[in-house]
Amino acid sequence: MAIEDKLFLDRFNVDEVPHLEIINTDLCLKDCRDQPCLYLCPARVYTREEDGRINVAYEGCLECGSCRIGCPEMNIEWNFPRGGYGVRHKFG
Amino acid sequence: MSECCDVVIVGAGPAGISAACILADHGVETIVLERGEFPGSKNMSGGVLYGHDLARIIPDFAERNCPIERNIVESRIWFTSKEGGYSLAYRDRIFEEQRRHNVFTVGRARFDRWFAEQAGQKGVLVVCGTVVTDLLKDESGKVRGVRTDREQGELEAKVVLLADGINSLLAAKTGFRPEPDPEHVALAVKEIIGLPEETISERFNVAPEDGVSIEILGSVTRGMNGVGVLYTNKNSLSLVIGGNLKDFARLRLKPYELIEDFKTHPMVAPLIKGGKPREYLAHWLPEGGYDHVPRLYGDGYLIAGDSGMLFNALHREGSNMAMVSGKIAAETIIQAIQKSDFSSESLGVYAQRLKDSFIMKDLKKYRRFPGFLQKHEDIFNTLPDSLSMAARDMLTVDGVDKKTKQSRSWKMIRSKTSRLRLLRILFNAWRSVK
Repeated sequence: MAIEDKLFLDRFNVDEVPHLEIINTDLCLKDCRDQPCLYLCPARVYTREEDGRINVAYEGCLECGSCRIGCPEMNIEWNFPRGGYGVRHKFG
Repeated sequence: MSECCDVVIVGAGPAGISAACILADHGVETIVLERGEFPGSKNMSGGVLYGHDLARIIPDFAERNCPIERNIVESRIWFTSKEGGYSLAYRDRIFEEQRRHNVFTVGRARFDRWFAEQAGQKGVLVVCGTVVTDLLKDESGKVRGVRTDREQGELEAKVVLLADGINSLLAAKTGFRPEPDPEHVALAVKEIIGLPEETISERFNVAPEDGVSIEILGSVTRGMNGVGVLYTNKNSLSLVIGGNLKDFARLRLKPYELIEDFKTHPMVAPLIKGGKPREYLAHWLPEGGYDHVPRLYGDGYLIAGDSGMLFNALHREGSNMAMVSGKIAAETIIQAIQKSDFSSESLGVYAQRLKDSFIMKDLKKYRRFPGFLQKHEDIFNTLPDSLSMAARDMLTVDGVDKKTKQSRSWKMIRSKTSRLRLLRILFNAWRSVK
């Protein structure tokens, strides 16, 4: 089962304001060789564009926090979605 | 600005709600702030909860329609290789009868909601959809309230209880607890797999309301310091797999691929066969143990539950520590209110009482355990396969005498893990849990 299908099982109340942001995009391009966000994130929020930039699909974020402390450059501005937004567990 | 209430609690999980219930029982005005749309909507655990500790908050929980999934009557531990593994199970009738509901499974979206409703009936105000963004302090640094993401969202109180879970932005932001090191948290992913109630009872050999818990070690975590779990719910199974976050990064594992692989393991696949995935979740577990528990009190505040890293990784106990630490925090606050003293000195009674309780006693007993796992990766990579190969050889009936089989098994195990290393693992394992 692909990750896209897994996320399709979940309910999200998506805010138009992203709660995740890469602070300095150049840092990812030039200084981050490992880019662990690409595989650490359980929701595959982070993907690499053709030009090497990291795309952030915050809409499917499961709010675990792993990218925040897993980013070797501490380059992710991580907030909780605003009150009531984000993932909404059915069973938990 | 004036005080809105006596106590503000951040987070409507087991720690926060336990505290709120005890405070309300003693007439203390309490507000619980929850960032989710409803209590439990952001929460996840493997899925077991402990009746003894819940009963200290809500004595008649079973009669109050507590959303119990299944009462655990059998605990299994598996030590897996790629193609199979060892299984150890213990079942006891006492858990069906006299000690019924000592351990049971729950879905946290349902349980936490129910628990918060119990607090509401006692007079607690639970406000959902509200993120606490900062703590308010006076000139001396004493915590005097919280700031939320609502308009005019500042609330003052005598005491603030931080029960906001392991992924606490507040702790990191305010410096009450440092941001956890990837080595000190485990990332777990969970899938809820729907199956008919009767199918589950048959497959796990249990009565309709009873269930089984399985903790799964070995090659399923692909060399990571981690564990898999399979728990029975009423009409679903909870399949969880997780590992140390540092190991995830080191081995470049993708959590969603790990759980897909886990589902195909020969001991797991038949149990989940025909099941329909219903939900996919991810959450951290505190894994630092005793040495990484932060200071849990200060002027005007206390920390309880996962937010204080109170988790026993060996015995998968966290929700009980959350409930009990919440209860002790509430009792400390009640005393502080009687004395009108909310200083660090007055609230420090909390730390002493935790120390005298099973919480810090257990964490202290196992303080070396997280380090033991970190330093002996053989347990997760080489040993599962070589021990399985030994069993496979011994159980294959092929005309070879047992002494030959025994000596070649030993040789094979020792070729990967030296005798000295094996002894060291056994000795250090014993030392880490003695």
